[in-house]
Amino acid sequence: MAKTTDPLAVPAPSFWRDPDKRAIVYQGLVLAVIGWLVYAMVSNTANNMEAQGLASGFGFLKSSAGFGIISTPFVPYTEEASYFVVFLVGLVNTVIVAFVGCVLALFLGFFIGIARLSKNWLVQKIATFYIELFRNVPLLLQILFWYSAVLKPLPGPRELHEKGEEVFFSINNRGIIFAEPVGQPGFENVWYALFAAIVVAWLVSKLAAVRQMRTGKQFPSFAVGLLLIVGLPLVTYFALGRPLDMVPAEMSRFALSGGVTIIPEFVALLLALVIYTAAYIAEIVRSGIQAVSHGQTEAASALGVKPSHRMRLVVVPQAMRVIVPPLTSQFLNLTKNSSLATAIAYPDLFSVFAGTTLNQTGQAVEIMAMTLAVYLTLSLLTSGFMNWYNSRIALVER
Amino acid sequence: MQLVKSIAVGAALAASIGVAQADETLDAVKEKGFVQCGVSQGLPGFSNPDDQGDWTGLDVDFCRAMAAAVFNDADAVKFTPLSAKVRFTALTSGEIDVLSRNTTWTMSRDSDFGEFVGVNYYDGQGFMVPTSLGVSSALELDGAAVCTNTGTTTELNVADYFRANNLEYTVVAFEKADEVVAAYDAGRCDVYTTDRSGLAAQRTKLAAPDDHVVLPEIISKEPLGPLVRHGDSQWGDIARWTLNCMINAEEAGITSANAAEMANSDNPGIQRILGSDGDLGAKIGLDNAFCANVVTLVGNYGESYDRNVGPDTALKLERGVNALWSDGGLMYAAPQR
Repeated sequence: MAKTTDPLAVPAPSFWRDPDKRAIVYQGLVLAVIGWLVYAMVSNTANNMEAQGLASGFGFLKSSAGFGIISTPFVPYTEEASYFVVFLVGLVNTVIVAFVGCVLALFLGFFIGIARLSKNWLVQKIATFYIELFRNVPLLLQILFWYSAVLKPLPGPRELHEKGEEVFFSINNRGIIFAEPVGQPGFENVWYALFAAIVVAWLVSKLAAVRQMRTGKQFPSFAVGLLLIVGLPLVTYFALGRPLDMVPAEMSRFALSGGVTIIPEFVALLLALVIYTAAYIAEIVRSGIQAVSHGQTEAASALGVKPSHRMRLVVVPQAMRVIVPPLTSQFLNLTKNSSLATAIAYPDLFSVFAGTTLNQTGQAVEIMAMTLAVYLTLSLLTSGFMNWYNSRIALVER
Repeated sequence: MQLVKSIAVGAALAASIGVAQADETLDAVKEKGFVQCGVSQGLPGFSNPDDQGDWTGLDVDFCRAMAAAVFNDADAVKFTPLSAKVRFTALTSGEIDVLSRNTTWTMSRDSDFGEFVGVNYYDGQGFMVPTSLGVSSALELDGAAVCTNTGTTTELNVADYFRANNLEYTVVAFEKADEVVAAYDAGRCDVYTTDRSGLAAQRTKLAAPDDHVVLPEIISKEPLGPLVRHGDSQWGDIARWTLNCMINAEEAGITSANAAEMANSDNPGIQRILGSDGDLGAKIGLDNAFCANVVTLVGNYGESYDRNVGPDTALKLERGVNALWSDGGLMYAAPQR
């Protein structure tokens, strides 16, 4: 409006001299090149596969797999099941080992990392030795080591049990086998009790926090919550007359049948992943704690904060900001490293789907695409969660 | 790792499009002066390097026989050790001239990967168990844990067998044969299953081979044989008649020791086999005496069998179905006439 009358008005630059417009052109060009590359790759692959007479498409997922899988938790699997069920079995096995592995590695890593900073000479040296040993030995070697270490020294089931014997708990070279808990009618109430206890415990902690803010009075909400969560289901369980049967495994001619089995392949893979990743997490934790200025500790002491509160309320929250981003990478590494399960007979996604199924069907492109998509999704979910957590604990500048 | 392999396989497949299809293999082989033969990475009795590093075995003998047929020299051959996964790619891409690697002849393989020229070992899948189990039949294996190779016909056969007989089992499937043997030896499973010849061969690797017994059941047909690329019928004929020659020679009583002498035989059948009469060798582009050379330099089928896998070797495999048809076996070669 006023522009036309402004004597200092700068004439609009020509199209090529306007950095904004130029940027749009360049980005458009880059996008076109990438699009062309993707198109060329896809069409080239499709043409070549057609020329080779390779069937493509996802129809193979419906055909029956025909092979057995050693461990299929949560997914009902028989040899008649389709390749898609094989995919699900592999996915579940991968998710289980990755999730349990991340949780255990986090705890072990924190423990070792804090031990590394201990003033006790022996504890500190042991933690250092642990980190240097397990960080510097290739993971595949560790998996194979644990597999033979877990498997070889254990006696076989036939050496331990008589035929027909009922077994409630056994560790042998076929895995860890224990009696299967089977809920009787009424057992679902125990779950309801647990759920109710969690809700109440959460409410109590919220109320206690509000009360402390208002009056300064503290309430042992953690102890009360724990008591509720453990106690209420237990009380319900006994009040209902213990509606849970432990069904033991029975020794057949060869091995224990029935019961719940944790296969040695899982134990070996989990041990290797946890121990290896924990060494890295320990270093991350140590560096995070050391990154918090010593002045913070001194200031807390000067204010009379108890030593235990000093660590929990002052140092760790600040250290977390340094710890979380590299910790995310370690969780991602652990998830991806779980594909080394293929070296031992653990039936993870990479082994049963990208291995066996690929060999049987020859559908390399589809199977690899699905497998890549799964690992990508798992990694994105993990890093999405960790980024959310990171933004919650990030330093809020005031 | 798997992904890299898949990419490599894909690249090799792509490369194979450019490979010449015409009847040129014999010329190419003659020009380079040796036969390039694909074998296993080490299966005692079939293809395995001995302590001097020389390849020996039933499958290796077939490669040497082809070299003898083409060059009258059993050493004019080079070996390419191949894993089960890449063996067909190596053949279709032209990296090897013939694949002689305990490979089961199936319809899909015959149509997809190459041309099987015959059977040099009739095999079938079997089970091995520790003697201490006291098992005498596979039907007693209800509830057993079975060790096997992943991604093989073996894995599918065993699932079919246990299902058909209503037996419970758990399968522990490894990628490499050596890992299967190690796990079985460590007691991870009660049963080890693969082709019976493979059982005999892998058994030699166990800590105490005599403490294990192979069960009588054979649950599948596994005719093992050599194959060549599609599209070169002359080279296919050379391979087919080299194999037939070894079997026919055994049937006619021709051995490496007496082949020269037998060439003067009055028997017209023997004369045709050894090329002292007729022009059978010339018809497939070889010397008329190609079969005489094969038998002299390598031996007949029976000699090769006894030397590599027979009862006097570590594998201790009886002839069984691999005996000549005239002895009640399945070895039956089309006549050379």
